[in-house]
Amino acid sequence: MKKLIVILLLAVLAWDLGVIFLGLNFGNEHFTEGVKDQYLEKTVTELNVANTVTSIVVNFRGFDTLGEVTVLFLAATALGGILYKKRHHVGERSVLFPSSSLVMSGSKLLFPAIILLGVYVFVHGHLSPGGGFQGGTIIATGFLLMLLAYDNYSVSHNLLSIVESLAGIFFVVIGLLGFMNHGTFLENFLPTGTLNSLFSGGVIPIVYILIGFKVAAELTGVIYTVLHEKD
Amino acid sequence: MDESLFKYIEFSIYGASILLILIGLYGALVKKSLIKIVIGLSIVDAGVHLIFVAMGYIRGGTAPIFSPGFENDASRMVDPIPQALVLTAIVIGFAVTAVALSLVIRLYKHHDTLRIDEIKNLKW
Repeated sequence: MKKLIVILLLAVLAWDLGVIFLGLNFGNEHFTEGVKDQYLEKTVTELNVANTVTSIVVNFRGFDTLGEVTVLFLAATALGGILYKKRHHVGERSVLFPSSSLVMSGSKLLFPAIILLGVYVFVHGHLSPGGGFQGGTIIATGFLLMLLAYDNYSVSHNLLSIVESLAGIFFVVIGLLGFMNHGTFLENFLPTGTLNSLFSGGVIPIVYILIGFKVAAELTGVIYTVLHEKD
Repeated sequence: MDESLFKYIEFSIYGASILLILIGLYGALVKKSLIKIVIGLSIVDAGVHLIFVAMGYIRGGTAPIFSPGFENDASRMVDPIPQALVLTAIVIGFAVTAVALSLVIRLYKHHDTLRIDEIKNLKW
């Protein structure tokens, strides 16, 4: 009976969504015409950043991103609070069987390459697809691999919190420096360089690298907290 | 690209994202296991993200990146705003999933079951 009601409800929803979205002119709609053109123009003329998505996320809507990073921080804190343990219970994990030596040496071989890829992705966030969030996630997957392969692998929680806090503080400091120099939070105050070179875009690469460190530390902390959860 | 093929692509992209939203909602409403409910909610997330990015598509467009060779193609670039919004939405989706899963772990510790109909005060 309950299933029937749900299916009926979903059918109505599917009809509604279908009517709305198949009625749109796919590929020819211009929802944000003026705004989009402004962003595409200013990202080259004012900031010299190749990746428009990066310039929107870090500069034009940078204040949003600060809020987003705060939400991520709050989620990591809430996770720690919900799964809180007394000190001496942390550290043991329930492992069904130890991983084979192939998995162990293989992940040791892959780990530096994964970290390097993550760093590359967030350093080049203003030139190519990618950026702080993506690079940070890649680095966290490297730590996940190590934590899965070695049951006694441990990450220092204090170090993670220090990295995370410093990255967050520097993000706000750069925003405030822009505020003091030009009157807007996160306004660019460094020379912008030339388009498509590594040192271009003023504060954008710096902020994205900071976001990368912050996201990597937060996600690694989340993974570590959940993996070391044991009765 | 000819017209009928393009129509087919349009139908399949919007159809796939609507289907993902429906599958996720079905999982969240019908399934009894708490883990499956959380998975359903993240599938809804994926569908919404797909629909958002598809709405910004411009016919014959390129990625909104001024890489070498594409410096003067601003008029052909797809809409970067939905992509930036989806980047935010993915991170928020991750945060929501992480907190929901930690609550599931706590509930499992307390009730020794993941079935939502056996946790007496959560029945609907």
